[in-house]
Amino acid sequence: MDELIQYGPDLAVGFLNNIKLSLVIAVFSLIVGTVLAAMRVSPTPVLRAAGTAYVNVVRNTPLTLVLAFCYLGLSDTLGLIFSTEDPLMNSFWLAVLGMSAYTAAFVCEALRSGINTVPLGQAEAARAIGLTFSQSITLVIFPQAFRAVIAPLGSVLIAMIKNTTVVAAAGYTVESSNTMRTIFDTTGTSIPIFLGIVVSFLILILPIGWYTGRLARKLAVAR
Amino acid sequence: MTENGDVTPLVKLENVNKHFGALHVLKDINLTVSRGEVLVVIGPSGGGKSTLCRAVNRLETIDGGQIIFDGQPLPEEGKALAKLRSEVGMVFQSFNLFAHKTIRENVTLGPIKVRKKARDAADTRAMELLERVGIAAQADKYPAQLSGGQQQRVAIARALAMDPKMILFDEPTSALDPEMVQEVLDVMIGLARDGMTMMVVTHEMGFARRAANRVVFMADGQIVEENTPDEFFTNAQTDRAKDFLSKILTH
Repeated sequence: MDELIQYGPDLAVGFLNNIKLSLVIAVFSLIVGTVLAAMRVSPTPVLRAAGTAYVNVVRNTPLTLVLAFCYLGLSDTLGLIFSTEDPLMNSFWLAVLGMSAYTAAFVCEALRSGINTVPLGQAEAARAIGLTFSQSITLVIFPQAFRAVIAPLGSVLIAMIKNTTVVAAAGYTVESSNTMRTIFDTTGTSIPIFLGIVVSFLILILPIGWYTGRLARKLAVAR
Repeated sequence: MTENGDVTPLVKLENVNKHFGALHVLKDINLTVSRGEVLVVIGPSGGGKSTLCRAVNRLETIDGGQIIFDGQPLPEEGKALAKLRSEVGMVFQSFNLFAHKTIRENVTLGPIKVRKKARDAADTRAMELLERVGIAAQADKYPAQLSGGQQQRVAIARALAMDPKMILFDEPTSALDPEMVQEVLDVMIGLARDGMTMMVVTHEMGFARRAANRVVFMADGQIVEENTPDEFFTNAQTDRAKDFLSKILTH
């Protein structure tokens, strides 16, 4: 128990970084995932093919490989640098890039399954009153698709939050689980520290599942 | 039909052909719809009626021939096609009201987003139209809270809100419970009386008799017969039409 108190501040900083990462990645992956889903249902074959290829490649690549590619490939080899002064800041954004790219593929697929719940007649009615493709998507199809997949999107979000514990692969070493490993290397394994982190994640994540479930019921589209 | 002196037909189909795979659903269709005319298309299921109707606003593409609307060939895609569709109202068999929007929003969406009308003006007009079809009291409900007949009347108001040059009706009463059919037909008869150009695919012979200027009988992808309602129902020329009428008019 002593070591949990001693290292508590370090771990808290790490955990805050998990939360920071999660918030930023949630925003980016929702935006990119939505764009990908729009591509995958667009009438333009090139966009459809590009969207499909992206999702199939990224979704089926292990996350640590995606992150390592961002770190070693994009940053070290190809020279994509977000910050020259602060290597940690650079790694933070590399982690955001890799994880957003990865999570977006899952957001896209969740959303696409939502689009499949919207009857074809909705799109036809939208076109019939003269809405363009992008207007039909943004005003009629996606609002209904989003409501149908709030719970699955919650699951994607939860998986993403837990995935922020492997971003050391992108060189971002100051999140809670990596901090824990470093502490274990110096002081030996500590069950209280381990449990402390588990409980922190439970406190963070459990309400998300509860809240998205409630929201899904509240916003469900009656047909 | 020529009240504004414009005698060019509003819609003209020339040698229109359409296949669904091996199935030839529209065979060399030639047809015109004049301004102000109410054209009723009847015939057996699978005869191509709905496809014909949906081809006029290009919800179905065609493989051959051409369709001219208001003097212009139908645009193939993009903004021009969206503009054409905004001028051609459509009422579907399954209503297709936007499920996540209120009745009022269903009627104002097109005017606001397509016609760029101000929300206030669109709202006022929507309430007038909902009044006209008898749904004004339900304006803030969602489609699922309304009966089928009410939903279909809203769908008609939604089409009218765009001030269309014509309205296509694709079996507007086929999905309704019998007691709700008449309330929808009454609205349609009112529109016909007001001079709206209408193309109506329907099995409602009563509507055809009361409101149609012309009846087109379609079977197996072809227009088999074309006549005034009186002539068609009392004195059909072809065996195919006589056979069809004998099956539906005996009960």
